[in-house]
Amino acid sequence: MLGGALRRRVRWLPFGLSDAPLSRLLVGVAVVIVLAMIPMLDRNSSHISAFADTGYVMILAFGLNIIVGYTGLLALGFAAFFAIGSYTYAFLASPQYGVHLSFWPMLLVSAAVAAIFGLLLGAPTLRLRGDYLAIVTLGFGEIVPQVFQNLDKYTGGPDGIAGIDQPRLFGYAFGFNPTPYYYLYFVIIVICLVLLNNLRNSRVGRTWMAIREDELAAEHMGINTTSAKLLAFSLGSAFAGVAGVIYAAKLSTVSPSGFDFNTSVMILAAIVLGGMGNLIGVLFGSAIIGLLNFFVLPQSSNWAHSLGTALHMDFLQGVDLNAYRFMIYGIILVLVMLFRPEGLVPSAARRAELHAEQEAGAGIALQEQAEFGADIP
Amino acid sequence: MADIHQFFQQLINGVALGGVYALIALGYTMVYGIIELINFAHGDVYTLGSFFSLSILGLIPLSHIASGPALGLIALVVILAAALLCGIVGVLVERLAYRRLRNAPRLAPLITAIGVSLILENIMQLWKGNSEVPFPQFLPDRWHIVGGVKFDDRAVLVVAVSVAFMIALNLFVFRTRLGKAMRATAQDRDAAQLMGININSTIAWTFFIGSALAGVAGFISGMYYGTTFFLNGYQAGLKAFTAAVLGGIGNITGAMLGGFLIGIVEAMTSQYISDQWTSVVVFSILILILVFRPSGLLGEQVPEKV
Amino acid sequence: MSALLSLRSVSKTFGGLAAVKSLSLDVERGAIVSLIGPNGAGKSTVFNLITGIYAPTDGTISLDGRALNGMKPSAVAASGIMRTFQNIRLFAFMSVLDNVMVGRHVRMRAAVWDGAFHTPSARREESAVAQSAMQLLEFVGLRRYAHEWARNLPYGMQRRLEIARALAPEPSLLLLDEPAAGTNPAEKQALMDLVTSIRDRGVTVLLIEHDMRLVMGISDEIHVLDYGEKIAAGLPETVRRDPRVIEAYLGKGA
Repeated sequence: MLGGALRRRVRWLPFGLSDAPLSRLLVGVAVVIVLAMIPMLDRNSSHISAFADTGYVMILAFGLNIIVGYTGLLALGFAAFFAIGSYTYAFLASPQYGVHLSFWPMLLVSAAVAAIFGLLLGAPTLRLRGDYLAIVTLGFGEIVPQVFQNLDKYTGGPDGIAGIDQPRLFGYAFGFNPTPYYYLYFVIIVICLVLLNNLRNSRVGRTWMAIREDELAAEHMGINTTSAKLLAFSLGSAFAGVAGVIYAAKLSTVSPSGFDFNTSVMILAAIVLGGMGNLIGVLFGSAIIGLLNFFVLPQSSNWAHSLGTALHMDFLQGVDLNAYRFMIYGIILVLVMLFRPEGLVPSAARRAELHAEQEAGAGIALQEQAEFGADIP
Repeated sequence: MADIHQFFQQLINGVALGGVYALIALGYTMVYGIIELINFAHGDVYTLGSFFSLSILGLIPLSHIASGPALGLIALVVILAAALLCGIVGVLVERLAYRRLRNAPRLAPLITAIGVSLILENIMQLWKGNSEVPFPQFLPDRWHIVGGVKFDDRAVLVVAVSVAFMIALNLFVFRTRLGKAMRATAQDRDAAQLMGININSTIAWTFFIGSALAGVAGFISGMYYGTTFFLNGYQAGLKAFTAAVLGGIGNITGAMLGGFLIGIVEAMTSQYISDQWTSVVVFSILILILVFRPSGLLGEQVPEKV
Repeated sequence: MSALLSLRSVSKTFGGLAAVKSLSLDVERGAIVSLIGPNGAGKSTVFNLITGIYAPTDGTISLDGRALNGMKPSAVAASGIMRTFQNIRLFAFMSVLDNVMVGRHVRMRAAVWDGAFHTPSARREESAVAQSAMQLLEFVGLRRYAHEWARNLPYGMQRRLEIARALAPEPSLLLLDEPAAGTNPAEKQALMDLVTSIRDRGVTVLLIEHDMRLVMGISDEIHVLDYGEKIAAGLPETVRRDPRVIEAYLGKGA
């Protein structure tokens, strides 16, 4: 009886949420509540700041996943669009030009600007073979921060732009307190998840995956592959634009060094680790990489130092685990590609579930088709 | 007159730098020719070459050796040792990280290659630290002035060594059995296999030779610039890849030509525009070439590829 | 009434090599027309010309009187010609149902925001398309595998799935490229029955087959290609007795 109730859908929910079974919604709500309580349970603001920063890794990973995971286009210089988003906000909401536009609409403006740059880069290059495209985007990823660094008259050069406006909401100033940023990321990530899950199971999402699987066959199904790839590329870039605005606002400063190849690689590692094209996988992968980067490595260095002091071991006192960061990313990329190219989060869960519904009878399968549409892969 | 001297000065700088790029580009182009992989870790093998050279030089009591010929001999030994070690690293990387993925979707080995690159960089960072490492200047520093343009033995060394290795490579690829096997494998792997060519060992040799050349480049750039850095290979590798693409990827002559052209473009950019724009200019060339002429300068005219 | 598809002296040369030489061919509405010939006769090239992979060097191709020359494959598909491939080209890591739904692409409207926000119209469209896709899977006998990955299907079923995918947008013309290749005799017979029932649904079929005997039973008309040239055409019985056809298949002196 209960099992039956859990499999029901809540018909009145908007945005495709009505497609998910109640059990899934309940799990989702539980996870949301626990995560939302973290800033109340952990009062250490450097921890909250690390958790918040994991948010931008997630949003970037969502964006890159549209391009690499869904559509199968390897874009290596993704940090370029993150940089464009950040600087767009920095130009329009800082003392640099004395312009102070409001934070909230800038989320959309920066997304649009990043998307336009995605179009400009994508239009001539998306017809290139996969590995050439990877290198072109990598080159673009090198050019963009260099340009921001070199045009110091306009961009503040290597020091970047400081004093960037921080958001206010109904009179409440975010300032440098990480907690409101944590919640902001949180809300945006939940929205992204719902929209991306819907998108994946839509006409456009199928188009992308068809291109990933077999571009020529997709073209023969009547799909205009050029415009579908451009859409994926610019939409993915738009996500980077949004992440850039919040990142710049939280730090209140931007500089070219935050957008180098290392950032692009971090995002790539996140989606490879979780499983390219698998939304839940990408969520987990980016959570792991983000926490590793902002929380585990810095914290465990501290722990090692304390341990070293307590045990009088010089080796432990001097250890800096941050120095191994790129080794870890590298090992992740190599091992996952060699031994588990589908990523950590198995899609077996989805498959098992599909089989279960299949056994329930073909008649049900037809009637429940719309429900499959809601399964997060 | 000063202007024209400046120009030739930069031309010499550019050619020397181009020799380094050309040697690295050869490895990219050979590997791409044979297994269609952009060996992203190749630039880091180049840096490894300079690090190996440093360690070997550290074993030799240089200050006690005064005679020119003996020093020249030491240089030769160090070059060959660095080349050998880099060659071995290249073969190991292929064996451990790429071979399993030879028939996987093309992006899989490329992602692996990025991973290998990060691992090598991090190892080198732990090995020699986070800052520039001085490279011993043990060769006598003689300057020559020809027509008002100054250059020293190091520039001569760089150009001579890179050209010598390129000639050797050409002879090897076009005159030897193994070279023929490489060209055959690049043309059609399955057919080559049917003809009795051992594909695995041919690919391993390709990696060995390409990586060894990167090792040579590592040594001569250390000599020329007097310094090395664990992250040098990232940008240098990308620029050398640009050179390979500019020349027509898979094309050996093209890689050499592209290497010298990119070296000269870089030197001229730093002279006439600004030092800080060199990367932007080179990578813009990369994008423009890939968009407008992906086959490169020699891609069509000379179809041989290895 | 004019033919559905018509090729008028279509030629295609690669370098100096003529793959198709001045081919004229009409496919009447509601017919099953077969294109046969020995290996390398240019059959697949004809399909690639019709579907826009290649542009003809010479001649015109038209569907329902509208010229297809110079159209991209996606535009050709949108105009009502769908195809299968000699080497199966399914979307391997997508479900069987999703494969068929991709096939319906040109008849769907939902844009990116419809998909993201699951607007009511998009939801209606999705469930209608899913329903018709399930019916198509029923038609080709794959309904119970709807939620398997396409790549997990055995070979013969993959061929059927490709056909269901191609039928999804209700094309006026279906091009089948050796649908029976690599299948066993029982599957071959089933496939030929399927082709007949596709025609009975009102879809015109142009079929490439290597095996002459196989197409004899179902074709309304057969065109025989050899070295890029049409050497015979007509009813199955006529073609079967044509000495040039026998020669092409069995060699001179047979």
